[in-house]
Amino acid sequence: MKKQNQREAYGQALVQLGRENPNIVALEADLGNSTRSTLFGAAFPDRYFEMGIAEQNMVSFAGGLALAGKIPFVNTFAVFAAGRAYDQIRQSVATARLNVKIVGSSAGFSDFGDGATHQSVEDLALMSAIPNMTVLAPCDAPEAVQAVRAAAALDGPVYLRLCRNDLEDIFPEDVPYRIGEPVVLREGGDLAVFTTGIMAHAALEAARLLEPEGISLHVVHLPGLKPLNGEAVLAQAKGKRAVLACEEHTVRGGLTMLLCYLFRNEKIPVEPVAVMDAFGQSAHSHAELLAHYGLDAAAICEKARGLTAR
Amino acid sequence: MKQTIPYLQDKARQLRLDIVEMIGVGKAGHLGGSCSLADIVAALYFSHMKHDPKNPKMPERDRFLLSKGHAALVQYAALAECGYFDKAWLQNLKELGSPLQGHPDQRKTPGIEANTGSLGQGVSLAAGMAAGLRLDGNPAHVYVAVGDGELAEGQVWEALAAASWYRLDHLCVILDRNGLQATGKTDERFCLEPIAEKFRAFGLAVREIDGHDMDQILSALDWADSVAGQPAAIIAHTVKGKGVPFAENNASFHNGALTQAQFDEARQALEKAVG
Repeated sequence: MKKQNQREAYGQALVQLGRENPNIVALEADLGNSTRSTLFGAAFPDRYFEMGIAEQNMVSFAGGLALAGKIPFVNTFAVFAAGRAYDQIRQSVATARLNVKIVGSSAGFSDFGDGATHQSVEDLALMSAIPNMTVLAPCDAPEAVQAVRAAAALDGPVYLRLCRNDLEDIFPEDVPYRIGEPVVLREGGDLAVFTTGIMAHAALEAARLLEPEGISLHVVHLPGLKPLNGEAVLAQAKGKRAVLACEEHTVRGGLTMLLCYLFRNEKIPVEPVAVMDAFGQSAHSHAELLAHYGLDAAAICEKARGLTAR
Repeated sequence: MKQTIPYLQDKARQLRLDIVEMIGVGKAGHLGGSCSLADIVAALYFSHMKHDPKNPKMPERDRFLLSKGHAALVQYAALAECGYFDKAWLQNLKELGSPLQGHPDQRKTPGIEANTGSLGQGVSLAAGMAAGLRLDGNPAHVYVAVGDGELAEGQVWEALAAASWYRLDHLCVILDRNGLQATGKTDERFCLEPIAEKFRAFGLAVREIDGHDMDQILSALDWADSVAGQPAAIIAHTVKGKGVPFAENNASFHNGALTQAQFDEARQALEKAVG
Protein backbone atom coordinates (compact mmCIF):
# COMPACT_ATOMS: atom_id res chain seq x y z
CA MET A 1 0.00 0.00 0.00
CA LYS A 2 1.25 3.47 -0.90
CA LYS A 3 2.36 5.62 2.03
CA GLN A 4 1.98 9.37 1.84
CA ASN A 5 2.17 12.34 4.12
CA GLN A 6 -0.99 14.36 4.80
CA ARG A 7 0.78 17.64 5.34
CA GLU A 8 2.85 17.25 2.17
CA ALA A 9 -0.34 16.44 0.27
CA TYR A 10 -1.99 19.45 1.89
CA GLY A 11 0.86 21.77 0.90
CA GLN A 12 0.74 20.64 -2.70
CA ALA A 13 -3.04 20.83 -2.83
CA LEU A 14 -2.91 24.39 -1.53
CA VAL A 15 -0.47 25.37 -4.29
CA GLN A 16 -2.82 23.85 -6.86
CA LEU A 17 -5.76 25.75 -5.36
CA GLY A 18 -3.66 28.89 -5.41
CA ARG A 19 -3.17 28.47 -9.15
CA GLU A 20 -6.90 28.02 -9.68
CA ASN A 21 -8.05 30.86 -7.44
CA PRO A 22 -6.05 34.08 -7.00
CA ASN A 23 -8.00 34.90 -3.83
CA ILE A 24 -6.43 32.02 -1.90
CA VAL A 25 -3.81 33.33 0.52
CA ALA A 26 -1.87 31.61 3.30
CA LEU A 27 -0.57 32.66 6.70
CA GLU A 28 2.08 31.00 8.80
CA ALA A 29 3.57 31.34 12.28
CA ASP A 30 7.10 30.08 11.68
CA LEU A 31 6.21 26.40 11.33
CA GLY A 32 6.01 26.46 7.55
CA ASN A 33 8.61 23.76 7.06
CA SER A 34 6.45 21.44 9.17
CA THR A 35 3.00 22.50 8.01
CA ARG A 36 4.34 22.62 4.40
CA SER A 37 2.78 26.03 3.88
CA THR A 38 6.22 27.03 2.56
CA LEU A 39 5.25 25.33 -0.71
CA PHE A 40 2.54 27.95 -1.15
CA GLY A 41 4.94 30.68 -0.08
CA ALA A 42 7.45 29.66 -2.74
CA ALA A 43 4.77 29.59 -5.45
CA PHE A 44 2.96 32.79 -4.42
CA PRO A 45 5.26 34.98 -2.31
CA ASP A 46 2.89 37.99 -2.48
CA ARG A 47 0.00 35.94 -1.13
CA TYR A 48 1.95 34.34 1.71
CA PHE A 49 2.04 36.09 5.08
CA GLU A 50 4.72 35.09 7.54
CA MET A 51 3.23 36.47 10.74
CA GLY A 52 6.00 35.74 13.19
CA ILE A 53 5.39 33.42 16.11
CA ALA A 54 2.11 35.17 16.94
CA GLU A 55 -0.85 32.89 16.34
CA GLN A 56 -3.49 35.16 17.84
CA ASN A 57 -2.71 38.08 15.55
CA MET A 58 -2.38 35.64 12.66
CA VAL A 59 -5.97 34.42 13.06
CA SER A 60 -7.54 37.87 13.41
CA PHE A 61 -5.37 39.20 10.55
CA ALA A 62 -6.73 36.32 8.46
CA GLY A 63 -10.21 37.52 9.40
CA GLY A 64 -9.33 40.92 7.97
CA LEU A 65 -8.06 39.32 4.78
CA ALA A 66 -11.35 37.43 4.49
CA LEU A 67 -13.27 40.67 4.98
CA ALA A 68 -11.29 42.04 2.03
CA GLY A 69 -12.48 39.12 -0.11
CA LYS A 70 -9.56 36.72 0.31
CA ILE A 71 -9.73 33.03 1.27
CA PRO A 72 -7.06 32.71 3.93
CA PHE A 73 -5.56 29.39 5.04
CA VAL A 74 -4.05 29.78 8.50
CA ASN A 75 -1.26 27.34 9.29
CA THR A 76 0.25 26.20 12.55
CA PHE A 77 0.17 23.15 14.82
CA ALA A 78 -3.31 22.06 15.90
CA VAL A 79 -2.62 22.79 19.55
CA PHE A 80 -1.57 26.39 18.82
CA ALA A 81 -4.39 27.02 16.36
CA ALA A 82 -7.30 25.61 18.34
CA GLY A 83 -5.85 26.42 21.75
CA ARG A 84 -3.63 29.49 21.65
CA ALA A 85 -5.85 31.28 19.15
CA TYR A 86 -9.21 29.90 20.31
CA ASP A 87 -10.63 33.29 21.20
CA GLN A 88 -9.54 34.84 17.90
CA ILE A 89 -11.15 31.97 15.99
CA ARG A 90 -14.31 32.47 17.99
CA GLN A 91 -14.49 36.27 18.12
CA SER A 92 -12.76 37.57 15.01
CA VAL A 93 -13.71 34.74 12.64
CA ALA A 94 -16.62 32.53 13.64
CA THR A 95 -19.11 35.05 15.03
CA ALA A 96 -19.03 36.75 11.61
CA ARG A 97 -18.85 33.41 9.70
CA LEU A 98 -15.71 34.67 7.96
CA ASN A 99 -14.23 32.61 5.18
CA VAL A 100 -11.10 31.57 7.08
CA LYS A 101 -9.62 28.08 7.01
CA ILE A 102 -7.75 27.01 10.14
CA VAL A 103 -5.32 24.20 9.41
CA GLY A 104 -4.35 22.35 12.57
CA SER A 105 -1.21 20.49 11.59
CA SER A 106 0.74 17.89 13.63
CA ALA A 107 -2.53 17.08 15.40
CA GLY A 108 -3.18 14.46 18.06
CA PHE A 109 -0.02 12.68 19.17
CA SER A 110 1.58 12.93 15.75
CA ASP A 111 4.26 15.34 16.99
CA PHE A 112 5.34 12.44 19.21
CA GLY A 113 8.73 13.70 20.38
CA ASP A 114 7.69 17.15 21.55
CA GLY A 115 5.39 16.05 24.34
CA ALA A 116 2.18 17.41 25.86
CA THR A 117 2.72 21.08 24.94
CA HIS A 118 2.78 20.25 21.24
CA GLN A 119 0.19 17.47 21.11
CA SER A 120 -3.51 18.26 20.75
CA VAL A 121 -6.03 16.06 22.54
CA GLU A 122 -8.83 18.63 22.77
CA ASP A 123 -8.80 20.55 19.47
CA LEU A 124 -11.84 18.77 18.01
CA ALA A 125 -13.86 19.55 21.14
CA LEU A 126 -12.86 23.20 21.09
CA MET A 127 -13.54 23.68 17.39
CA SER A 128 -16.79 21.67 17.36
CA ALA A 129 -18.13 23.78 20.22
CA ILE A 130 -17.96 26.95 18.10
CA PRO A 131 -21.17 27.80 16.21
CA ASN A 132 -20.73 28.23 12.43
CA MET A 133 -17.58 26.06 12.40
CA THR A 134 -17.02 23.12 10.08
CA VAL A 135 -14.64 20.51 11.53
CA LEU A 136 -12.82 18.09 9.22
CA ALA A 137 -10.42 15.26 10.11
CA PRO A 138 -9.27 13.27 7.05
CA CYS A 139 -7.71 9.82 7.49
CA ASP A 140 -5.07 9.82 4.74
CA ALA A 141 -3.38 11.97 2.11
CA PRO A 142 -5.91 11.53 -0.74
CA GLU A 143 -8.76 12.45 1.61
CA ALA A 144 -6.77 15.40 2.95
CA VAL A 145 -6.48 16.75 -0.59
CA GLN A 146 -10.24 16.47 -1.07
CA ALA A 147 -10.86 18.05 2.34
CA VAL A 148 -8.70 21.06 1.43
CA ARG A 149 -10.59 21.50 -1.82
CA ALA A 150 -13.95 21.17 -0.05
CA ALA A 151 -12.84 23.65 2.61
CA ALA A 152 -11.85 26.18 -0.05
CA ALA A 153 -15.16 25.73 -1.86
CA LEU A 154 -17.21 26.27 1.30
CA ASP A 155 -17.98 29.90 2.22
CA GLY A 156 -17.34 29.95 5.96
CA PRO A 157 -14.89 28.99 8.67
CA VAL A 158 -13.37 25.51 8.57
CA TYR A 159 -11.04 23.68 10.94
CA LEU A 160 -8.93 21.03 9.22
CA ARG A 161 -7.07 18.55 11.39
CA LEU A 162 -3.95 17.02 9.86
CA CYS A 163 -1.47 14.35 10.94
CA ARG A 164 2.29 14.90 10.85
CA ASN A 165 3.38 11.38 9.88
CA ASP A 166 3.25 9.15 6.82
CA LEU A 167 0.01 7.22 6.43
CA GLU A 168 -0.99 4.36 4.18
CA ASP A 169 -3.54 5.38 1.56
CA ILE A 170 -7.00 4.18 2.42
CA PHE A 171 -8.72 6.11 -0.34
CA PRO A 172 -7.75 6.33 -4.00
CA GLU A 173 -6.67 9.69 -5.45
CA ASP A 174 -9.60 11.91 -6.44
CA VAL A 175 -11.94 10.05 -4.11
CA PRO A 176 -15.43 11.62 -4.10
CA TYR A 177 -15.77 13.69 -0.95
CA ARG A 178 -18.84 14.94 0.85
CA ILE A 179 -18.58 16.89 4.09
CA GLY A 180 -20.66 15.28 6.85
CA GLU A 181 -21.34 11.98 5.14
CA PRO A 182 -20.13 8.73 6.76
CA VAL A 183 -18.01 6.48 4.54
CA VAL A 184 -18.14 2.69 4.96
CA LEU A 185 -14.57 1.38 4.77
CA ARG A 186 -15.40 -2.25 5.50
CA GLU A 187 -18.69 -4.08 5.84
CA GLY A 188 -19.23 -6.18 8.93
CA GLY A 189 -21.99 -7.54 11.12
CA ASP A 190 -21.12 -7.46 14.81
CA LEU A 191 -19.96 -4.00 15.82
CA ALA A 192 -20.27 -0.58 14.25
CA VAL A 193 -16.85 1.03 14.53
CA PHE A 194 -16.89 4.76 13.85
CA THR A 195 -13.59 6.50 13.31
CA THR A 196 -12.43 10.01 12.57
CA GLY A 197 -9.01 11.28 11.50
CA ILE A 198 -6.28 8.67 11.43
CA MET A 199 -8.15 6.14 13.60
CA ALA A 200 -9.49 4.47 10.45
CA HIS A 201 -6.10 2.77 10.12
CA ALA A 202 -6.26 1.07 13.52
CA ALA A 203 -9.90 0.11 13.01
CA LEU A 204 -9.23 -1.53 9.64
CA GLU A 205 -6.25 -3.41 11.09
CA ALA A 206 -8.38 -4.56 14.03
CA ALA A 207 -11.05 -5.77 11.62
CA ARG A 208 -8.46 -7.88 9.77
CA LEU A 209 -7.06 -9.27 13.04
CA LEU A 210 -10.50 -10.19 14.36
CA GLU A 211 -11.78 -11.87 11.21
CA PRO A 212 -10.21 -15.28 12.03
CA GLU A 213 -11.83 -15.11 15.47
CA GLY A 214 -15.25 -14.76 13.88
CA ILE A 215 -15.73 -11.16 15.02
CA SER A 216 -16.85 -8.91 12.22
CA LEU A 217 -16.35 -5.13 12.40
CA HIS A 218 -18.34 -2.64 10.35
CA VAL A 219 -15.84 0.18 9.93
CA VAL A 220 -17.24 3.62 9.15
CA HIS A 221 -15.05 6.67 8.72
CA LEU A 222 -16.43 10.11 9.52
CA PRO A 223 -14.70 12.81 7.43
CA GLY A 224 -15.20 15.22 10.29
CA LEU A 225 -17.31 15.93 13.35
CA LYS A 226 -19.31 18.89 12.11
CA PRO A 227 -21.58 18.96 10.29
CA LEU A 228 -22.53 15.28 10.44
CA ASN A 229 -25.45 13.43 8.88
CA GLY A 230 -26.82 11.89 12.06
CA GLU A 231 -29.45 9.77 10.33
CA ALA A 232 -26.79 8.21 8.14
CA VAL A 233 -24.66 7.48 11.20
CA LEU A 234 -27.58 5.78 12.99
CA ALA A 235 -28.33 3.71 9.89
CA GLN A 236 -24.79 2.29 9.91
CA ALA A 237 -25.34 0.81 13.38
CA LYS A 238 -28.64 -0.94 12.60
CA GLY A 239 -28.56 -4.54 13.82
CA LYS A 240 -25.12 -4.19 15.41
CA ARG A 241 -24.43 -5.22 19.01
CA ALA A 242 -22.50 -2.12 19.99
CA VAL A 243 -20.91 1.07 18.73
CA LEU A 244 -17.21 1.87 19.09
CA ALA A 245 -16.09 5.50 18.88
CA CYS A 246 -12.44 5.76 17.83
CA GLU A 247 -10.69 9.11 18.13
CA GLU A 248 -7.14 10.29 18.66
CA HIS A 249 -8.58 12.83 21.07
CA THR A 250 -9.85 13.13 24.61
CA VAL A 251 -13.08 11.27 25.33
CA ARG A 252 -14.55 14.57 26.46
CA GLY A 253 -16.24 16.63 23.77
CA GLY A 254 -15.09 14.73 20.70
CA LEU A 255 -16.44 11.79 18.70
CA THR A 256 -17.38 9.64 21.70
CA MET A 257 -19.70 12.16 23.24
CA LEU A 258 -21.07 13.13 19.84
CA LEU A 259 -22.04 9.49 19.20
CA CYS A 260 -23.48 9.13 22.71
CA TYR A 261 -25.68 12.10 21.84
CA LEU A 262 -26.69 10.75 18.41
CA PHE A 263 -27.49 7.30 19.83
CA ARG A 264 -29.31 8.65 22.91
CA ASN A 265 -32.63 7.10 21.87
CA GLU A 266 -31.17 3.81 20.56
CA LYS A 267 -30.78 0.68 22.62
CA ILE A 268 -27.12 0.15 21.79
CA PRO A 269 -24.05 0.75 23.94
CA VAL A 270 -21.42 3.29 22.81
CA GLU A 271 -17.88 2.47 23.91
CA PRO A 272 -14.90 4.81 23.58
CA VAL A 273 -11.52 4.16 22.03
CA ALA A 274 -10.20 7.54 23.06
CA VAL A 275 -7.75 9.34 25.31
CA MET A 276 -9.15 9.06 28.81
CA ASP A 277 -8.85 12.66 30.03
CA ALA A 278 -5.06 12.83 29.80
CA PHE A 279 -2.39 14.96 28.16
CA GLY A 280 0.17 13.36 25.89
CA GLN A 281 3.89 12.98 26.53
CA SER A 282 7.09 12.45 24.60
CA ALA A 283 7.88 9.14 22.92
CA HIS A 284 10.12 7.89 20.13
CA SER A 285 7.25 7.17 17.77
CA HIS A 286 3.63 8.01 17.08
CA ALA A 287 2.76 4.30 17.20
CA GLU A 288 4.22 4.01 20.69
CA LEU A 289 1.90 6.76 21.95
CA LEU A 290 -1.16 5.34 20.18
CA ALA A 291 -0.49 2.00 21.89
CA HIS A 292 0.17 3.61 25.26
CA TYR A 293 -3.11 5.54 25.24
CA GLY A 294 -5.13 2.56 24.00
CA LEU A 295 -5.70 3.84 20.47
CA ASP A 296 -4.12 1.06 18.39
CA ALA A 297 -5.54 -2.03 16.70
CA ALA A 298 -4.77 -4.18 19.74
CA ALA A 299 -6.84 -1.89 21.95
CA ILE A 300 -9.74 -1.94 19.50
CA CYS A 301 -9.55 -5.77 19.32
CA GLU A 302 -9.68 -6.03 23.09
CA LYS A 303 -12.76 -3.78 23.32
CA ALA A 304 -14.41 -5.65 20.45
CA ARG A 305 -13.83 -9.04 22.10
CA GLY A 306 -15.34 -7.74 25.34
CA LEU A 307 -18.39 -6.31 23.59
CA THR A 308 -19.08 -9.44 21.54
CA ALA A 309 -18.56 -11.86 24.47
CA ARG A 310 -21.48 -10.37 26.38
CA MET B 1 -17.29 64.88 1.09
CA LYS B 2 -15.29 67.60 2.84
CA GLN B 3 -17.31 69.64 5.33
CA THR B 4 -16.75 72.74 7.42
CA ILE B 5 -15.63 72.61 11.02
CA PRO B 6 -18.86 74.09 12.49
CA TYR B 7 -20.88 71.56 10.49
CA LEU B 8 -18.81 68.67 11.88
CA GLN B 9 -18.88 70.03 15.41
CA ASP B 10 -22.64 70.07 15.22
CA LYS B 11 -22.66 66.51 13.88
CA ALA B 12 -20.53 65.42 16.84
CA ARG B 13 -23.00 67.06 19.20
CA GLN B 14 -25.83 65.22 17.45
CA LEU B 15 -23.98 61.91 17.80
CA ARG B 16 -23.56 62.50 21.54
CA LEU B 17 -27.24 63.31 21.88
CA ASP B 18 -28.11 60.11 20.01
CA ILE B 19 -25.81 58.15 22.33
CA VAL B 20 -27.56 59.53 25.42
CA GLU B 21 -30.98 58.78 23.92
CA MET B 22 -29.93 55.25 22.96
CA ILE B 23 -28.86 54.58 26.53
CA GLY B 24 -32.00 56.12 27.98
CA VAL B 25 -32.89 55.79 31.63
CA GLY B 26 -31.99 52.92 33.95
CA LYS B 27 -30.12 50.76 31.41
CA ALA B 28 -26.38 50.30 31.36
CA GLY B 29 -24.62 51.70 28.30
CA HIS B 30 -21.09 52.58 27.26
CA LEU B 31 -21.52 56.33 27.45
CA GLY B 32 -18.00 57.46 28.31
CA GLY B 33 -15.95 55.76 25.61
CA SER B 34 -18.58 56.49 22.96
CA CYS B 35 -18.63 60.22 23.73
CA SER B 36 -14.83 60.50 23.77
CA LEU B 37 -14.76 59.32 20.14
CA ALA B 38 -17.69 61.41 18.85
CA ASP B 39 -15.64 64.20 17.24
CA ILE B 40 -13.32 61.74 15.50
CA VAL B 41 -16.20 59.59 14.28
CA ALA B 42 -18.02 62.69 13.01
CA ALA B 43 -14.90 63.77 11.11
CA LEU B 44 -14.52 60.31 9.57
CA TYR B 45 -18.11 59.67 8.49
CA PHE B 46 -19.23 63.19 7.59
CA SER B 47 -16.11 64.50 5.93
CA HIS B 48 -12.99 62.42 5.65
CA MET B 49 -13.94 58.89 4.58
CA LYS B 50 -14.97 57.83 1.10
CA HIS B 51 -18.13 55.77 1.57
CA ASP B 52 -21.66 55.38 0.27
CA PRO B 53 -24.52 54.58 2.68
CA LYS B 54 -26.61 53.44 -0.29
CA ASN B 55 -23.90 50.96 -1.25
CA PRO B 56 -22.44 49.79 2.08
CA LYS B 57 -20.27 47.12 0.42
CA MET B 58 -18.79 49.43 -2.23
CA PRO B 59 -15.36 47.82 -2.73
CA GLU B 60 -13.36 51.05 -2.77
CA ARG B 61 -14.95 52.45 0.41
CA ASP B 62 -12.76 53.48 3.30
CA ARG B 63 -13.30 51.33 6.37
CA PHE B 64 -13.67 52.26 10.04
CA LEU B 65 -13.41 49.61 12.76
CA LEU B 66 -13.87 49.95 16.48
CA SER B 67 -11.37 47.70 18.16
CA LYS B 68 -12.86 49.14 21.34
CA GLY B 69 -16.17 47.65 20.25
CA HIS B 70 -17.98 48.83 23.37
CA ALA B 71 -18.10 52.30 21.77
CA ALA B 72 -20.50 50.85 19.18
CA LEU B 73 -23.10 53.47 20.11
CA VAL B 74 -21.16 56.30 18.48
CA GLN B 75 -20.73 54.28 15.29
CA TYR B 76 -24.43 53.31 15.23
CA ALA B 77 -25.36 56.97 15.65
CA ALA B 78 -23.08 57.96 12.77
CA LEU B 79 -24.30 55.15 10.50
CA ALA B 80 -27.93 56.08 11.17
CA GLU B 81 -27.22 59.77 10.61
CA CYS B 82 -25.54 58.88 7.30
CA GLY B 83 -28.54 56.80 6.25
CA TYR B 84 -27.12 53.27 6.44
CA PHE B 85 -30.32 52.32 8.25
CA ASP B 86 -33.41 53.95 9.71
CA LYS B 87 -32.70 56.14 12.70
CA ALA B 88 -35.59 54.43 14.50
CA TRP B 89 -33.34 51.38 14.85
CA LEU B 90 -31.40 53.26 17.51
CA GLN B 91 -34.35 52.94 19.88
CA ASN B 92 -34.04 49.14 19.81
CA LEU B 93 -30.38 48.99 20.75
CA LYS B 94 -29.53 45.71 22.52
CA GLU B 95 -33.12 44.45 22.45
CA LEU B 96 -33.56 40.76 21.73
CA GLY B 97 -33.44 40.36 17.95
CA SER B 98 -32.16 43.89 17.33
CA PRO B 99 -29.69 44.45 14.47
CA LEU B 100 -27.84 46.79 16.85
CA GLN B 101 -25.93 44.55 19.23
CA GLY B 102 -24.02 45.60 22.31
CA HIS B 103 -20.85 45.22 20.29
CA PRO B 104 -20.42 45.62 16.51
CA ASP B 105 -21.72 42.73 14.41
CA GLN B 106 -20.83 42.88 10.73
CA ARG B 107 -23.52 40.32 9.82
CA LYS B 108 -26.33 42.23 11.52
CA THR B 109 -25.69 45.93 10.97
CA PRO B 110 -25.19 47.64 7.61
CA GLY B 111 -21.96 49.64 7.63
CA ILE B 112 -20.26 47.62 10.37
CA GLU B 113 -17.03 46.18 8.97
CA ALA B 114 -16.01 43.50 11.47
CA ASN B 115 -17.01 41.78 14.69
CA THR B 116 -15.07 43.42 17.47
CA GLY B 117 -15.29 43.91 21.17
CA SER B 118 -13.22 41.09 22.56
CA LEU B 119 -10.49 43.64 23.16
CA GLY B 120 -7.18 43.53 21.34
CA GLN B 121 -8.37 42.01 18.07
CA GLY B 122 -9.48 44.99 15.99
CA VAL B 123 -6.04 46.19 14.92
CA SER B 124 -5.27 42.69 13.61
CA LEU B 125 -8.54 42.64 11.67
CA ALA B 126 -7.90 46.11 10.28
CA ALA B 127 -4.32 45.23 9.33
CA GLY B 128 -5.44 42.06 7.55
CA MET B 129 -8.07 44.08 5.75
CA ALA B 130 -5.49 46.65 4.64
CA ALA B 131 -3.22 43.84 3.44
CA GLY B 132 -6.04 42.20 1.49
CA LEU B 133 -7.13 45.47 -0.13
CA ARG B 134 -3.55 46.18 -1.16
CA LEU B 135 -3.31 42.77 -2.86
CA ASP B 136 -6.14 43.89 -5.12
CA GLY B 137 -4.66 47.32 -5.72
CA ASN B 138 -7.63 48.81 -3.88
CA PRO B 139 -6.76 52.36 -2.71
CA ALA B 140 -9.12 52.27 0.30
CA HIS B 141 -7.92 53.34 3.73
CA VAL B 142 -8.64 51.44 6.94
CA TYR B 143 -9.05 53.34 10.22
CA VAL B 144 -9.24 51.52 13.52
CA ALA B 145 -10.00 53.07 16.90
CA VAL B 146 -8.29 51.49 19.89
CA GLY B 147 -8.91 52.18 23.56
CA ASP B 148 -6.05 53.15 25.84
CA GLY B 149 -6.90 50.50 28.42
CA GLU B 150 -6.99 48.06 25.53
CA LEU B 151 -3.26 48.55 24.96
CA ALA B 152 -2.65 46.05 27.77
CA GLU B 153 -3.77 43.35 25.34
CA GLY B 154 -0.65 41.76 23.87
CA GLN B 155 -2.34 41.11 20.55
CA VAL B 156 -2.46 44.86 19.85
CA TRP B 157 1.32 44.86 19.81
CA GLU B 158 1.51 41.74 17.66
CA ALA B 159 -0.78 43.54 15.21
CA LEU B 160 1.22 46.77 15.23
CA ALA B 161 4.41 44.81 14.58
CA ALA B 162 2.79 42.96 11.68
CA ALA B 163 1.32 46.18 10.22
CA SER B 164 4.73 47.75 10.35
CA TRP B 165 6.53 44.68 8.96
CA TYR B 166 4.16 44.61 6.00
CA ARG B 167 4.38 48.42 5.59
CA LEU B 168 0.60 48.81 5.65
CA ASP B 169 0.51 52.52 4.95
CA HIS B 170 -3.21 52.56 4.29
CA LEU B 171 -3.80 51.60 7.90
CA CYS B 172 -4.37 54.30 10.49
CA VAL B 173 -4.58 53.41 14.18
CA ILE B 174 -6.49 55.98 16.22
CA LEU B 175 -5.83 55.75 19.95
CA ASP B 176 -8.67 57.11 22.07
CA ARG B 177 -6.46 58.28 24.93
CA ASN B 178 -9.24 59.21 27.33
CA GLY B 179 -7.23 58.15 30.36
CA LEU B 180 -9.90 55.99 31.95
CA GLN B 181 -10.68 52.30 31.84
CA ALA B 182 -13.57 50.42 33.42
CA THR B 183 -12.23 50.58 36.96
CA GLY B 184 -10.35 53.88 37.02
CA LYS B 185 -7.46 55.88 35.62
CA THR B 186 -5.42 53.94 33.08
CA ASP B 187 -2.15 55.22 34.52
CA GLU B 188 -3.09 53.95 37.97
CA ARG B 189 -4.38 50.61 36.76
CA PHE B 190 -1.59 49.42 34.48
CA CYS B 191 1.59 50.57 32.76
CA LEU B 192 0.73 52.05 29.36
CA GLU B 193 3.18 54.91 28.89
CA PRO B 194 5.27 55.88 27.06
CA ILE B 195 2.75 55.13 24.33
CA ALA B 196 4.10 57.41 21.57
CA GLU B 197 7.62 56.05 22.02
CA LYS B 198 6.31 52.48 21.99
CA PHE B 199 4.33 53.10 18.79
CA ARG B 200 7.41 54.63 17.14
CA ALA B 201 9.56 51.72 18.29
CA PHE B 202 7.03 49.38 16.65
CA GLY B 203 7.51 51.22 13.36
CA LEU B 204 4.52 53.54 13.22
CA ALA B 205 4.47 57.21 12.27
CA VAL B 206 2.92 59.02 15.22
CA ARG B 207 1.05 62.27 15.68
CA GLU B 208 -0.58 63.48 18.91
CA ILE B 209 -3.67 65.66 18.82
CA ASP B 210 -6.50 67.03 20.91
CA GLY B 211 -9.20 64.53 19.95
CA HIS B 212 -11.94 67.11 20.41
CA ASP B 213 -10.39 69.79 18.20
CA MET B 214 -12.01 69.31 14.81
CA ASP B 215 -9.31 71.20 12.96
CA GLN B 216 -6.59 69.02 14.48
CA ILE B 217 -8.60 65.85 13.80
CA LEU B 218 -9.08 66.67 10.12
CA SER B 219 -5.48 67.61 9.53
CA ALA B 220 -4.26 64.49 11.39
CA LEU B 221 -6.44 62.27 9.19
CA ASP B 222 -5.05 63.95 6.06
CA TRP B 223 -1.55 63.49 7.45
CA ALA B 224 -2.23 59.79 8.21
CA ASP B 225 -3.36 59.21 4.63
CA SER B 226 -0.18 60.80 3.34
CA VAL B 227 2.17 58.63 5.40
CA ALA B 228 4.01 56.27 3.05
CA GLY B 229 5.83 53.02 3.77
CA GLN B 230 4.57 52.56 7.33
CA PRO B 231 1.26 52.58 9.22
CA ALA B 232 0.18 55.79 10.95
CA ALA B 233 -0.97 56.27 14.51
CA ILE B 234 -2.98 59.21 15.79
CA ILE B 235 -2.86 59.52 19.56
CA ALA B 236 -6.02 61.46 20.29
CA HIS B 237 -6.10 62.97 23.76
CA THR B 238 -9.74 62.93 24.72
CA VAL B 239 -12.10 63.25 27.65
CA LYS B 240 -14.14 60.22 28.56
CA GLY B 241 -17.81 61.17 28.60
CA LYS B 242 -17.07 64.41 26.69
CA GLY B 243 -20.10 66.66 26.32
CA VAL B 244 -22.05 65.15 29.21
CA PRO B 245 -20.86 67.32 32.12
CA PHE B 246 -21.37 64.91 35.02
CA ALA B 247 -19.89 61.99 33.05
CA GLU B 248 -16.72 63.75 31.93
CA ASN B 249 -13.61 62.07 33.35
CA ASN B 250 -15.84 59.83 35.46
CA ALA B 251 -15.06 56.11 35.20
CA SER B 252 -18.46 55.14 36.60
CA PHE B 253 -19.96 56.11 33.23
CA HIS B 254 -17.76 53.62 31.37
CA ASN B 255 -20.86 51.43 31.29
CA GLY B 256 -23.19 53.14 33.71
CA ALA B 257 -26.92 53.69 33.80
CA LEU B 258 -28.51 57.13 33.82
CA THR B 259 -31.17 58.27 36.26
CA GLN B 260 -34.05 60.32 34.86
CA ALA B 261 -32.42 63.49 36.26
CA GLN B 262 -29.06 62.62 34.67
CA PHE B 263 -30.73 61.77 31.38
CA ASP B 264 -32.52 65.11 31.35
CA GLU B 265 -29.35 66.97 32.29
CA ALA B 266 -27.35 65.22 29.58
CA ARG B 267 -29.94 65.98 26.92
CA GLN B 268 -30.21 69.56 28.00
CA ALA B 269 -26.44 70.04 27.85
CA LEU B 270 -26.25 68.56 24.37
CA GLU B 271 -29.32 70.31 23.00
CA LYS B 272 -28.23 73.62 24.51
CA ALA B 273 -25.03 73.42 22.54
CA VAL B 274 -26.96 74.00 19.32
CA GLY B 275 -25.88 77.21 17.60
